[in-house]
Amino acid sequence: MADETPKAEELIQIDHRPPAKQWMDVPVNIRKGMYCYASNPKSVEYLGLPNARPWNPIEEDWKLPENWQQILHEGFKERLEKFRSIKVFMDICVRCGACADKCHFFIGTGDPKNMPVLRAELLRSVYRNDFTLMGKLLGRYAGARPMTIDVLKEWWYYLFQCTECRRCSVFCPYGIDTAEITMFGRELLNLLGLNIDWIATPVANCYRTGNHLGIQPHAFKDMIDFFCDDIEEITGIRVEPNFNQKNADILFITPSGDVFADPGTYTAMGYLLLFHFLKEKYGLNVTWSTYASEGGNFGSFTSHETMKRLNAKMYLEAKRLKPKWILGGECGHMWRVITQYMDTMNGPADFMEAPVNPITGTRFENAKSTKMVHIAEFLADLIKHGKLDLDPSRNDNKIVTFHDSCNPARGMGMLDEPRYVIKSVANHFFEMPANTIREQTFCCGSGSGLNAGENMEERMAGALPRSNAVKYVHEKHGVNMLACVCAIDRAALPAAMDYWVPGVDVTGMTELVANALIMPGEQERTTDLRGEPLPGMEEADE
Amino acid sequence: MNKFYMSSLLAIFALALIAWVGAPALPWLFGIVLPYLAVAVFVVGFVRRVMGWSRSAVPFAIPTTGGQQRSLPWIKQAKFDNPSSKTGVFVRMALEILTFRSLFRNTRMKMNEGNRLSYHLEIFLWLGALAFHYAFLVTLLRHMRFFLEPVPGAIQMLEAVDGFFRLEILYDSVQFGLPGVYMSGLVLLAAAAYLFLRRLFIANMRYISLPSDYFPLLLIMGIAFTGILMRYFTKVDIAAIKQLAMGLVTFQPSIPAAISPVFYIHLFFVSVLLAYFPFSKLMHLGGIFLSPTRNMLANTREVRHVNPWNYPVKVHTYEAYENEFREKMVEAGLPVDKMPESAPEEMTEEEKE
Repeated sequence: MADETPKAEELIQIDHRPPAKQWMDVPVNIRKGMYCYASNPKSVEYLGLPNARPWNPIEEDWKLPENWQQILHEGFKERLEKFRSIKVFMDICVRCGACADKCHFFIGTGDPKNMPVLRAELLRSVYRNDFTLMGKLLGRYAGARPMTIDVLKEWWYYLFQCTECRRCSVFCPYGIDTAEITMFGRELLNLLGLNIDWIATPVANCYRTGNHLGIQPHAFKDMIDFFCDDIEEITGIRVEPNFNQKNADILFITPSGDVFADPGTYTAMGYLLLFHFLKEKYGLNVTWSTYASEGGNFGSFTSHETMKRLNAKMYLEAKRLKPKWILGGECGHMWRVITQYMDTMNGPADFMEAPVNPITGTRFENAKSTKMVHIAEFLADLIKHGKLDLDPSRNDNKIVTFHDSCNPARGMGMLDEPRYVIKSVANHFFEMPANTIREQTFCCGSGSGLNAGENMEERMAGALPRSNAVKYVHEKHGVNMLACVCAIDRAALPAAMDYWVPGVDVTGMTELVANALIMPGEQERTTDLRGEPLPGMEEADE
Repeated sequence: MNKFYMSSLLAIFALALIAWVGAPALPWLFGIVLPYLAVAVFVVGFVRRVMGWSRSAVPFAIPTTGGQQRSLPWIKQAKFDNPSSKTGVFVRMALEILTFRSLFRNTRMKMNEGNRLSYHLEIFLWLGALAFHYAFLVTLLRHMRFFLEPVPGAIQMLEAVDGFFRLEILYDSVQFGLPGVYMSGLVLLAAAAYLFLRRLFIANMRYISLPSDYFPLLLIMGIAFTGILMRYFTKVDIAAIKQLAMGLVTFQPSIPAAISPVFYIHLFFVSVLLAYFPFSKLMHLGGIFLSPTRNMLANTREVRHVNPWNYPVKVHTYEAYENEFREKMVEAGLPVDKMPESAPEEMTEEEKE
């Protein structure tokens, strides 16, 4: 596992020159460290998805159904009718190469099949063979090839070396979106039961317990109670969150990853402090849900149907608990699903009100149909109206930069809200170079369900471009804190920082807010939420 | 040696040879039948392709957002890169189609000393592509003079703008003249050559290129080359060509005598290009209008997009969830919809049995 991962000095020796042979003649080599373990049959079965059985990607026999080629062909055909995106993207690529060096996996591995254009060609070649006149007439000269077991393995390997970050799509003159192609490709693979376990098991967990980690309701409450204890120690205030409460003002949904592991836990503590503050000061009543205790949606890395099945809980729970609207926490792909899929799949959410911030009176016009507001939008509005009591100097020992998470950036366009919030609560802020932020941001390298332990080489290679930009501001401005609004970032980037840029920690936006937030009746704080001394309090620490 | 571009090159020579040999023997085939056929294939093929795309559903609104969203009133929205209005989408599409905006963003990644990655603006692909497409367009419009009588003023004006270096000396004793040089034809040839050469000489470009990338470029270079050849170097009877063209568009086709074989090669190349078009990547001309990441409104939280094939799915309801965890929830002090019976659940199950 991690021990076998090459050292940073080795991994950065990247050769971006392609092999001499034509790519169709280069067989796939499923290499340890570059792939995730196969899905656990129990998880596949629990969801009622096809072909649940134990299998191993590096074994010859993948235990496919007899008629697997037919299943794929028919699945392909069906989806060409159901998704115009796929049909158009299969036909119009001119292979101009603009996308090639935009992919973090190509930059980090040099493997030409990680150029977005070739990743798509892996599928297009089969499409041409099966569905186009030219492909049928000219075969390989038209870039066509039949589906074989080797092609299938190549699909699997490279479709799980894409994090669906959409960076290439920004640069494509036709807007061809590799995320769309990867989602479609993975959906086909799932027809044969070819998922990875880091996706399949969280999906099964989420289906059953409401969250990816499989935390059961009582344990979920316990974990939050631990945070309340920590908060009491740091601030002297006992916060008392609501769970599954009916008729609250707001239902709050966030990724369960932040309840589970550092440094996301500090962001979760941040939420608790914020909601307590708003309750004490303005009487705002926020409830958490144990049933919809997951903002993220690994179903979206499986198939559109699975995405819908998991996402359904948000509106179902809102219907049951009857809040006025839903507030969503910091997460990347969760917001892609909420922004571009949820309302279509599980809406209309006409049982809620168009979101209005009861404290400022601001109408969130841009969320009036989904009825779901991002916490960065909510915080930016509160801060702009001076509704939070803030002491940014408490974050003075943090020199912060902001990593735009792929999905909020390119599937939503939420770029300035988190920046405004962070700059309001931290005095030292520096941007990374322009070609690596905002809509051109680089993925953490572990998105779309790839943040497992066994594929550390893949993850670190994918994290290179992001880390390299962090390194630049780390060396130039002394940046020591990488802020983000994504739970997968918080799970993945600490490892990437340790590997590529030691000395930089990762934080959520709300954690920084909560550090600066002056709670009514709080004791003098000597540490931040991590228990590290506040600036000027280094001595006070016992 | 790459058999992909060699095969394309050979195909172009073969096509030229076919026209060279065939046209003098069968001028009506190359001058009338094939052009008609090519136009028919082009029109029918193009329409069928676009109809095929249009028939496929657009289940989700998936614009790629290339800038700040519309959110709070005091945050400046990127109205064209993240459009929330139809006007915004229109401008975004216009910028994309007329100025290749996304391609203009192109950068080149470089690994520098000290393992530092950098990304530099790389405008040559954008420049080459823009030059290629606009030169093609101008050339195409210029050729309308062959199909229209009288030649409209707009086309004469275009020619005047496009042409330069017109030199005519007309005396009784000395008659010397150079036809005006049209930039568009030269730029078209040069830009196509550039796009071809970058496929040959940039290793990763060569790696991703297919015969269907080389072939159309070579074909267009062939068209431009034969056109330039006719205009500046070999003598062709322009009046006869116009007669042929007018015959075609008025559906009274006739073959004027003695048109140079070079013209037939030119015409045959154009016919092949038209017939090839709907079955090739050249359909990006139509496809770009239908690309859902660019032509959709990014107001997806404000207005619900409807999926025509949305179907009900199996979900894990709250009720089922509470049924599984009710005891534990009650014990932890979490509210439940249905209080458990006073006796433990196992007992009631047994009682039922």
